[in-house]
Amino acid sequence: MNSKDARDDTLNIDFYDIEPSLPLSRREFLKLAGGGILILFSTNDIFALPERSGQRQFSRQLPDDFNAFLRIGEDGRVACFTGKIEMGQGVITSLAQMLADELEVALDSVDMVMGDTDLCPWDMGTFGSRTTRFFGPPLRAAAAEARAVLLELAAEFFKVSPDQLQAKEGHVVSKTQMQKKVSYAQLSQGQRIARRLKKEAILKKASDFTIAGKPVLRRDAEEKVTGKAKFAGDIRKPGMLYARILRPPAHDAKLVSVDTSGAKAFKGAQIIENKDMIAVLHTDPESAEAALKKIKAKFDTPESKLDENTIFDHLLGVAPEPSVLSEGGDLTTGEQLCQKMVEKKYLDGYVAHAPIETHTATAMVKDGKATIWPSTQTPFPLKDQAARALSFPAENVRIIPPFVGGGFGGKTANQQAIEAATLAKLTGKPVQVAWTRGEEFFYDTFRPAAIVKIKAGVNGEGRIRLWDYQVYFAGQRGAQHYYDIPHHRTTAYGQGWTAGPGTHPFATGAWRAPSNNTNVFARESHIDILAAAAGIDPLEFRLKNLKDKKMLRVLKTAADKFGWKPGKAPSGRGCGIACGIDAGTYVAHMAEVEVNKSSGQVQVKRVVCAQDMGLSINPAGATIQIEGCITMGLGYALTEDVRFKGGEILDLNFDTYEIPRFSWMPKIETIIIDDKEAAPQGGGEPPIICMGAVIANAVFDAVGARVLQLPLTPSRIKSELA
Amino acid sequence: MPKTIRFKLNGQTKSLTSDRERMLLWVLRTDYELTGTKYGCGEGFCGACTVLVDHEAIRSCQYPIEDVDGREVITIEGLSKNGKLHPLQQAFIEHDALQCGFCTPGMILSAYALLHKKPDPSRKEIIEHMEDNLCRCSAYNRIVPAIQDAAQKLRGGS
Repeated sequence: MNSKDARDDTLNIDFYDIEPSLPLSRREFLKLAGGGILILFSTNDIFALPERSGQRQFSRQLPDDFNAFLRIGEDGRVACFTGKIEMGQGVITSLAQMLADELEVALDSVDMVMGDTDLCPWDMGTFGSRTTRFFGPPLRAAAAEARAVLLELAAEFFKVSPDQLQAKEGHVVSKTQMQKKVSYAQLSQGQRIARRLKKEAILKKASDFTIAGKPVLRRDAEEKVTGKAKFAGDIRKPGMLYARILRPPAHDAKLVSVDTSGAKAFKGAQIIENKDMIAVLHTDPESAEAALKKIKAKFDTPESKLDENTIFDHLLGVAPEPSVLSEGGDLTTGEQLCQKMVEKKYLDGYVAHAPIETHTATAMVKDGKATIWPSTQTPFPLKDQAARALSFPAENVRIIPPFVGGGFGGKTANQQAIEAATLAKLTGKPVQVAWTRGEEFFYDTFRPAAIVKIKAGVNGEGRIRLWDYQVYFAGQRGAQHYYDIPHHRTTAYGQGWTAGPGTHPFATGAWRAPSNNTNVFARESHIDILAAAAGIDPLEFRLKNLKDKKMLRVLKTAADKFGWKPGKAPSGRGCGIACGIDAGTYVAHMAEVEVNKSSGQVQVKRVVCAQDMGLSINPAGATIQIEGCITMGLGYALTEDVRFKGGEILDLNFDTYEIPRFSWMPKIETIIIDDKEAAPQGGGEPPIICMGAVIANAVFDAVGARVLQLPLTPSRIKSELA
Repeated sequence: MPKTIRFKLNGQTKSLTSDRERMLLWVLRTDYELTGTKYGCGEGFCGACTVLVDHEAIRSCQYPIEDVDGREVITIEGLSKNGKLHPLQQAFIEHDALQCGFCTPGMILSAYALLHKKPDPSRKEIIEHMEDNLCRCSAYNRIVPAIQDAAQKLRGGS
């Protein structure tokens, strides 16, 4: 990768790029946190640690004092306070593992306090497979620092030098006299020690880990199988009202007239008309819905010719000025070196996040202070958004995120939380806003429709000599290739996954491994087409054109597990390959599919994934993330495509918007290449990026149909067969 | 006309008077604060609201409250007995058969109904029965072995 390629990991908060409110002072935190030993640290500390993984760029500065801390309480329990949240990705477990290991305590003595804006220091949010990568190393360092403090305290206690002591299972013990033993609880009692993490904290070697690096079951599982786990809609407050809000039929629709008299007459209903919002509130959610239906509203919706088919020409027409992401050599020279050239255009439709929990928030406003329990990936940005919406100072707003019922990048905008907070302020009562499934689809920030144009060619030896890649609106993440190509250029039209007015007819946003799914689909389809043009087996073709050792390793590992048999596609066997890089992690997938030629239906029989994520903190959790990514990825590969007419969304529930279900399940085999010497990388997103390409390539191998548009619907496959 | 409905809810007798059509989902979540039963789609497509009525899995978002009159309702909160987890709950934990956990109560109760009817289902029968319970985190391939494992334990095997 050349220097420009490092841009992949640039934090792209283009949803709500707002300034953080100032973090509490150390003194305020100490007061809140109580006695014991506190170690303050910052995600920025990663830059000072020996095991940093490449230079990262942040589009904004984190608070430079500290943005997380851990506490060893006077009862010996260890608590980690972090602004990250748990939404199924398992960090409530993996972070606790890292901490327990470094601090030499049992995993069950660690408490994770997550996302509460009054208790935890500022954090930008939970997305981008960043938690383990960027939060993990400083967390470990802070734990190591805490261990050092405990050793010093114990040294004073025993009147010996700290190097005669060691930390073990929640105690400090003498290396020579085993009876000299004091617990962390004893050492913490009566202490009020606060330390800022020193840059040179000495970490344990990964090979000495006893907890991290080993599979552990989820710590939140019992609450979740018994129904005790609280999500935003499960919060109950005395006198709480359920709100339903009048919605337009289309994003560009204008309210012409409204008659709320029917709703006003509804027993027990309260109507709020505030600026653009008309809401009906009731102590019973079904009554709120029934009263909402009594409102007579007339909307004016402008005619639009935009739909899921015409959108691509529209997007090409409104494309902004391009920016070159990387280039090398000379394209004209490259073209002259090529014996076979292939030029194609790839299309990808809008995809919904569709978490099973819809956007929900419960809010309470009392004595000039607001408390919000939202389903959100971004509690701290929400604190500021809510403060502005309510005209409250930020310190009077507290966000307490309960468990989040799936996010996938879609729970970052917080519209529902602002609605709940606004209504709570206006009614003076606790208010819950829980979007219906229809509202969830309507207000979702879809993965953007996108176009990728690729012109590339191979020489007589099957080596790629030209690569001219242009991506429109998908975003830059994963746009750059990792092949050994002397003459190449990668160009992006549109930054990130949102775009200016007049581009998309509704909101778009980050969707699990944003940009990368579209980019890998296009690139890896094209690589396969080049392999076929050169008459070379798709695996051999990739190995021949790669120098990146990590990529070679994941490909070979996947091929061994899969039992890849060389052959020129289409071989009729239905086997496909794809590989990619996301969030610092390398992945290679191989899939086997069966295609019914008469119906065009695809059944994915088997998927193998090899993943190099550096040091794997919780291999069991990482394996589950791979399985989840593979299965979720089948959706965007095969069926998911939001249908619309202008600003009107036509798919509003799971009857027409088909997501993967039990019968789709392929046999999944995963291999995690656990590189104990390398820094941990992202795990919640990378294994989804290959799913479009690997299925498309397998479909081609099965029946010779090369589909250049996602999803690979039966009709698209059949039309390529004809 | 107000109508009084009597039913058994997680082992306790309940009576409820209502003068309008109400769906069981909202009665459970609001009147009884049994919030383990989830709203997912409101039209019976996703299975997050699944509960048991006389040991059969039903979609509580589509199930009028009058229909439970004289019957027995079990929600996820009523599945463990005397603080001991049901084998299905235990198997979901052991197989890591969940991620965000939002669909989990519905999954477990759907599986319960299957095993009640058919203690030794084949893999294919499990998939067919569970087909309309959706999990966006995609824990499907962990849920099937969890159900198989629980089935074995419930049959008295180990």
